[in-house]
Amino acid sequence: MYAFEYHRPTDVKQAAELVAQLEETKFLAGGQTLLPTMKMRLAAPANLIDLGQVAELRGIERSADTLSIGAMTLHAEVANSADVRTAIPALTELAELIGDPHVRNRGTIGGSVANNDPAADYPAACLALNAAIVTNKRTIAADDFFQGIFATALDEGEIITKISFRVPSQAAYVKFRHPASRYALVGVFVAKHADGVRVAVTGSGANGVFRVPEMEQALSRNFAVAALDGISVPAEGMSSDIHADAVYRAHLVGVIARRAVQAAASSRA
Amino acid sequence: MTTVSLTVNGQPVTADVDPRTLLIQFLRENLRLTGTHVGCDTSQCGACVVHLNDQAIKACTILAVQADSATVTTIEGIAQGSELHPMQAAFREHHGLQCGFCTPGMVMSAIDIVNRKGQALDEQTIRDELEGNLCRCTGYHNIVKAVAAGAQAMAQKPLPQAAE
Repeated sequence: MYAFEYHRPTDVKQAAELVAQLEETKFLAGGQTLLPTMKMRLAAPANLIDLGQVAELRGIERSADTLSIGAMTLHAEVANSADVRTAIPALTELAELIGDPHVRNRGTIGGSVANNDPAADYPAACLALNAAIVTNKRTIAADDFFQGIFATALDEGEIITKISFRVPSQAAYVKFRHPASRYALVGVFVAKHADGVRVAVTGSGANGVFRVPEMEQALSRNFAVAALDGISVPAEGMSSDIHADAVYRAHLVGVIARRAVQAAASSRA
Repeated sequence: MTTVSLTVNGQPVTADVDPRTLLIQFLRENLRLTGTHVGCDTSQCGACVVHLNDQAIKACTILAVQADSATVTTIEGIAQGSELHPMQAAFREHHGLQCGFCTPGMVMSAIDIVNRKGQALDEQTIRDELEGNLCRCTGYHNIVKAVAAGAQAMAQKPLPQAAE
């Protein structure tokens, strides 16, 4: 990797000051994507601002209808949290399926959301659970946050501080995992709230994570697998690569969505 | 250069490093602790697994400066003198290795599994938990046996914690 200057702020204010003063900066969260990218010289920041010592960015808080997870909270911490398991067990299962145990001990939720990898898991949870992405400047609704592959609503130098999920009455995440990379070939998060059902798909969209309105409307009327009879997603708009072509991915979205609805409908109401 | 201070296998270490130095490079090249291996260098294979503050991580995907103030344990830090750690002994007893390249990472991951999941481990749990460690010789069969036996041996013996 190319050389860089290393900076280690201890609070969000310091981090924001550093990013305002310095040129060509990147924030380092858990580094499980950024460091490999830097090794391949696909990223070469002049200044790396490590958020690892910013204690205020860590932790999990639960209230009656929201679950808030600090941006620097590790995947392993989410997977092992009793609060998460009680409030949104589907999120526990999602965190348990990210990467491998070693990656989960370094990778963070904020890093995953800010990166918006088209095959990452958390973006699907954010969309389906109608999450609020809270930054040091504002609060962004998940629907406005994800703006295409590796693109988000974040401004230059803006720092995600936490992600607040609305606690659903029922939810499930089902992932068709690529066996080598462990990323989602298709991942579907289904969540039911009092005001309706959301279905979010990761791993498959040519433009990144997306919702399936037709499925959502049908499931909002009848939260059962049968409600999806006759509903499919078109291959147009799906990504194609050596692992799976667009037609296969579109088919798989239908299969995995049905499994997710089945799992969500049988979860505790 | 950035100063990094950490504890490695019970010993305090301070050094000036280029910030782009990976922890694995620091361990192998600065400290000459070459038991931890670099296999893929892309966080796939697990040959570089060490414990950072008692949690298993891949040392190829963390900067040395990120480990500042932390406690690191490598494969060199788990035996007590000439007495192997029970997990190491189990790998030897059950022939859980052939070429041995992946073994340091396997052993460090296996100890982490026991720390997290307890000492009665079924085969499926061991296989699932070892998904971040690749072995190209053994077919995993004897590794799984070794981990199960090592886990039980860890229950029977007080753990060598001197280096932790």
